[in-house]
Amino acid sequence: MSFDAELVFSALRALTPVLFAALGGALCERAGVFNVSLEGTLLSGCFAAVAGSWYTGSAWGGVLAAVLAGTAFSAILAIGAVSLGADAVVVGIALNLLAVGLTGFLLRTVFGTQGTFSDPDLQGLEPVDIPGVSSIPFVGDAISGHSPLVYLSWVAVAVIAVLLSRHRWGVRLRGVGEAPDAAQSLGVSVAKYRYAAVLVSGALCGLGGAQLALGNVTLFSENMTAGRGWIAVVAVMLGRALPVGVLLAALLFGLVEAFGFRLQGEGMPQQAADAAPYVMTLAALFLATRPRFRDGLVRRRPSGKAAAGGGSGGPGERPPGPPGPRGPADPPASGTSSPVPTLEPNP
Amino acid sequence: MTEPQPPARPGASPDAPAPEVELRGIVKRFPGVLACDRVDLAVAAGEVHALMGENGAGKSTLMSVLYGLQRPDAGQILLRGTPHSFTSPLQAIDAGLGMVHQGFKLFPSLSVTENVVYGSEPVRRGLVDRAAARAKVAELVERHGLQVPPDAKVGSLPVGVQQRVEILKLLYRDARVLILDEPTAVLTPAEADRLLEVVRGLAAAGRTVLLVTHKLHEVMAVSDNVTVLRDGRVTARLATAATGPAEIAAAMTGRDVDLDRSHPAGTPGNEVLTVQGLTVPAGSGGAKPLVDAVSLEVRAGEIVGIAGVAGNGQSELVEALAGLRHASAGRVVVAGTEVASGGKGASVAKRRAAGLAYVPEDRAEVGAARTAPLADNLAMGFHRSAPIAGRGGLLRRSALRAHAARVIERFGVKAASGAVPIGTLSGGNQQKAILGREITHDAPLLIVEQPTRGVDIGSIENIHARLVEYRDAGHGILLVSAELSEVLALSDRVLVMYEGRVVAELPRAEADAQTVGLAMAGGTATGGTAADPAAKAKAL
Repeated sequence: MSFDAELVFSALRALTPVLFAALGGALCERAGVFNVSLEGTLLSGCFAAVAGSWYTGSAWGGVLAAVLAGTAFSAILAIGAVSLGADAVVVGIALNLLAVGLTGFLLRTVFGTQGTFSDPDLQGLEPVDIPGVSSIPFVGDAISGHSPLVYLSWVAVAVIAVLLSRHRWGVRLRGVGEAPDAAQSLGVSVAKYRYAAVLVSGALCGLGGAQLALGNVTLFSENMTAGRGWIAVVAVMLGRALPVGVLLAALLFGLVEAFGFRLQGEGMPQQAADAAPYVMTLAALFLATRPRFRDGLVRRRPSGKAAAGGGSGGPGERPPGPPGPRGPADPPASGTSSPVPTLEPNP
Repeated sequence: MTEPQPPARPGASPDAPAPEVELRGIVKRFPGVLACDRVDLAVAAGEVHALMGENGAGKSTLMSVLYGLQRPDAGQILLRGTPHSFTSPLQAIDAGLGMVHQGFKLFPSLSVTENVVYGSEPVRRGLVDRAAARAKVAELVERHGLQVPPDAKVGSLPVGVQQRVEILKLLYRDARVLILDEPTAVLTPAEADRLLEVVRGLAAAGRTVLLVTHKLHEVMAVSDNVTVLRDGRVTARLATAATGPAEIAAAMTGRDVDLDRSHPAGTPGNEVLTVQGLTVPAGSGGAKPLVDAVSLEVRAGEIVGIAGVAGNGQSELVEALAGLRHASAGRVVVAGTEVASGGKGASVAKRRAAGLAYVPEDRAEVGAARTAPLADNLAMGFHRSAPIAGRGGLLRRSALRAHAARVIERFGVKAASGAVPIGTLSGGNQQKAILGREITHDAPLLIVEQPTRGVDIGSIENIHARLVEYRDAGHGILLVSAELSEVLALSDRVLVMYEGRVVAELPRAEADAQTVGLAMAGGTATGGTAADPAAKAKAL
């Protein structure tokens, strides 16, 4: 078996849905919302893409529908976790379950079928040949001829990277995620930025779903995301919520998936090939997580806050309304140090 | 509520122009508490004004009202003679106020410049204009002599520098009035002195500083005038030059306080703690060991104080002794039982069984379960044995309550009952409860870290007396404190830690602020006998 242009091509195609979802997840992570609903949002994007393409007769109609559906779906997370103060993980898991049930139900009611919907008339995304690049040996075969959304995902990486590091919006978003109290005290609305991050992540998941259902294949089948959203959650952690880091993590999974397909072609059992990305995910998580004992069992609170909790005064000095001058209870540590969630295998 | 007129002795001239800040008749009521009772406060431009009072006196509430965090039930806020009514801190900021909170509000992973300009960033061609932002911050640093590196990540800076970043934020927003809430509570003595210099410089540059504190020596050192609150009422208005610590302390507590009580020396007996060559390896990213071959001993009937600028290995040493942190080498013997040797250590439970009790630095996170009832917190460590442990692993609640009642009574913990969550008590009462629990263990060795941080004067007195009493009952105490005065007041022997090593060991008679302060800064301690001659030489 060889490492050839075709392998790179299929890796780049395979990673795109994961990359879109992980970029969305990274934005949420940076804003301080741990988004585990990527899987469900991706799946609703897949369904909306197929339905949109079918009813408008255009793949781009499908893409638009997927973006809208992803955004609407993630709005539930935004309302629940940001406005109502629910635990984002709990809401996220509920959304994942909802997406499986809802798309299965709509598949029956809208398309009158079960399991899989596909039709020769269903419009998929046309591959794009990049003039100039397509004729370069190896590179052309690997890079050229993808669906437009593949290229859009690369642009998205660059745009989000610049946004986070250099743009006012991105810098503020990072601050909101890291120290919401501090952001609020400087007049930056934490809720507004978190809403924006969650809604944009929904739109990105919509694009990922559209690529999966109209780019990688041209069909919808129940639970077709098969854990890609969860892999995206892990990619966010491995990539430390940095756009380029997330890209590299997604690339790793894309390569493993492409290898898996290849090995399957050479007689490896299909189950083993299918399991490869998940095994990779677990291995990557273990490697990325270090034992903590060395740095002290007791996790000290950030310096400067050390005395704040202890120094709180009696009832007269503790105004009940937030945020008190002595600071409300410290928020739990967020950011890349979030505890590793249990990765529920999708039923 | 009947006191008609507080003893008013305005420091500023009555004919001066309208004060920079004036609060008139502020009343703020919380359910069951009258936090501010017709408080008047006037601060002239360019003045450093100290607002003093014990925890619960209403200082913080008053500042919340001024800063727009709380709405007053009655009263008026005037800035330069103009009435203002703030509904949010943002309006207060716009009006030229700025506040440095006790818990900093910073973004650790962002640079100093990013922290300072956050929320009002200069923009050029759609992106943040980093060069302009940096130049502005550097200019402010320069002008006010703040000594803050504009490009450093805030999380990597010492606490004292982080605090100056907070001040920079206010200056960047052009605050005319800076409110500093307990600014030195988290600082080491050297950092605190540095801050007081900054405060003086700000006042000299025409800014007005409102210093909220309960530390008398700071007030004496830096303020022009003092307003003292007790139980929500102003009990004294004093010109600093015309008053002294005793008068202020009396106004704060309502009684005479012995500020310089000297405790008689202890009579050392057998060793209850022996540490030989204890080493804690460097943390992630560091090269030097956090604790570097430390040897020391504590005897029954003595208090051994460890002085040092925070972050020189004291916390890590104590954690390694308590079993909360891995030590890679060295031997620890607690009351005759070896609990650590050559990188292998006994569990926390075994160490406690051997005779170790521990009052941690961070009482809210490590010392107590904040949301659990006071009684349960007091039973911790007693839950394994009779009378609290019952049959089949069940706890005997009646014994637990009785135990709690005894500790609460003996140590004068002020709480409605043992059933209230410990987190709702004031800092001083939490500390009394935790200290009481650990003392009740009656262990031969008590390790105490920062026993009076964030605790008011009345409680400090009480806590110090308890520690001396415990020593005199024949127990050994290892005291770690960032308050040099505390180490000097209580210790029979003083050790100084610098960069993970014990660089000086001074008997009580030779331990004065100057000698210890020099050793804390890494200089050679003169007149003392170093615990480890090699370490002493290395410290230079």
